[in-house]
Amino acid sequence: MTCHLRVISPGARSLVQDLGFRQARAQGVPAAGVLDRDSLFLVNALLGNPAGTEALELAMTSPILQAEYGSVRIATSGGLRGSILSPDGAERVVPAWTATTLNPGERLRLDAPERGASALLGIGGGLDLAEIMGSRATLTRAALGGVGGRGLAEGDRLYPRRPCVTDVPDLTFHMAPPADAGPLRVVPGPQDDRFTAAAWQTFTTAQFEITPQSDRMGMRLQGPVLEHDPTQGPDIISDGAAPGAIQVPGNGQPIILLADAQTTGGYTKIATVIGADLPRLAARIPGDTLRFTVVSVAQAEAAARSRHALLKQIAGSIGAANPGGIDQTALHSVNLISGVVDMRSADHFPGHLADRD
Amino acid sequence: MRILSADPLADRAFTLELDTAIGQRAAARVRAAGDALGVALADAALPGVQEITRSFTTVTVHYDPLEASQADLLHQAETLLSGIEADAVSPGRLWRFPCCYAAEFALDLDTLSQHLNLSGAEIIAQHAATEFGVYAIGFLPGLPFMGDLPPGLSLPRRSSPRPTVPAGSVAIAGGLCVIYPWDSPGGWHILGRCPVPLFDPARPHPALLQAGDRVRFADVSTDEYARLRTGYEDGSLSAEILLEQEPTA
Repeated sequence: MTCHLRVISPGARSLVQDLGFRQARAQGVPAAGVLDRDSLFLVNALLGNPAGTEALELAMTSPILQAEYGSVRIATSGGLRGSILSPDGAERVVPAWTATTLNPGERLRLDAPERGASALLGIGGGLDLAEIMGSRATLTRAALGGVGGRGLAEGDRLYPRRPCVTDVPDLTFHMAPPADAGPLRVVPGPQDDRFTAAAWQTFTTAQFEITPQSDRMGMRLQGPVLEHDPTQGPDIISDGAAPGAIQVPGNGQPIILLADAQTTGGYTKIATVIGADLPRLAARIPGDTLRFTVVSVAQAEAAARSRHALLKQIAGSIGAANPGGIDQTALHSVNLISGVVDMRSADHFPGHLADRD
Repeated sequence: MRILSADPLADRAFTLELDTAIGQRAAARVRAAGDALGVALADAALPGVQEITRSFTTVTVHYDPLEASQADLLHQAETLLSGIEADAVSPGRLWRFPCCYAAEFALDLDTLSQHLNLSGAEIIAQHAATEFGVYAIGFLPGLPFMGDLPPGLSLPRRSSPRPTVPAGSVAIAGGLCVIYPWDSPGGWHILGRCPVPLFDPARPHPALLQAGDRVRFADVSTDEYARLRTGYEDGSLSAEILLEQEPTA
């Protein structure tokens, strides 16, 4: 046997994700991939993995994993912490944003991701899984990719692709990843001209609440109705969609498309969340409120560049974690998941968010 | 070719509108533009572009804002498309798909017959005589939206969608025809079933069809349907043999 992680308990929705399927949309396949690309970049930096290496995306509750037949290197993203239990009964804390080594027989017991949102657990060397369309991402509603096209299940064995590490110190960032703040930045369009002036005023000033009918495909919002231009209505000839696109069906309630977004959609899209702000949505849960502010394409592109530069700077601040010191990121309060998250909410298979049926 | 409008999906993508209505003219324009952009992408002539996707009247260019600016890419796309014409496109691959129109599969044939004021046999004959163009792949992995249906077969979707449409169902609505690659909810009128696997992750290009392909259906018996289905499932038959004609150069 070679070293691996055995899944003792799978967690509510633990999915292998990377940057998503490539050139897949033309085949009707959503790109999928992680909700939070920034965190994927950072956990891989902590592990010395190539950028874009797959990680486990956890949501609502976390798995319990045990190292077997060797050591496995793991790394936590923000909002994720827990402890490692040794066979001899010793227990050590694993804070957020930490790479550490799980020795044979040790169990990683993670708390639920902060507020029951989503978080990432990176694996040193990535995972030895087949690539489909240039990716190891999981698209559950087509049973595609990852571990058998599904979330982790009890008893699964996860094999790193890289030989197992033995003696590496715990690492963390000495520069804290930035906190989420301010309204979400959006670029108007593709169908911004299909709404009334009042709808635009409302869209850019009102507050919208995330509803429990949200998943990796789309985040449904509730707020004041966004009125379509009555001469044109909410339906369009289906055109290309992308994560971040905010589609508004006939009821005037917006839906932000996320990583598993359908490839094309037949509803007006009032605006699109810029790439640099998409990772922020991964930490949002039902009941949270959102506001939107408008920027230009050029501003969105500049934000993407500055975000990337910042991530590289943070990655450059990696140093030894100090187990005796106080780690600010570990002090974030971790609430157990509350009733606002509807774990039983079915996937929108097969994309009826966009279908007018 | 003229671009009617260009609209951003923030800093991720932009959509080029090439026509205003679904149909063969739009399909030809989308195909010409999609092919030209696709060739440029394959030749690494569009640095920063990740993927080109097509819908009924539009193409969408997905790009990485760290590697290219949308303004530059839009300019490149305009230059590229200004030099091509839709009528210069050669016909796409032609497939001949078996379709069993037997009552056990043609769940809506009676309803269609009433609404269209045609006999079931006439509907089947018209459907099987049509050469469809694949206008877009979408909604589900590998699902082809095909047109045009003969005008006499056009009608709106069912007022209440079925919670489950069986995989392989061939269905029509709104002037178009689809084949459901998976069991899924759906509101189109089902008139037969096709045993061909439209999406197989084990293939290098998992979706069998691509936009621009042409499809004709051939009426097969329930016995023949069962034989073919078993063959595709156990791997003794390959869907590639259904390819009747490669694109002409």
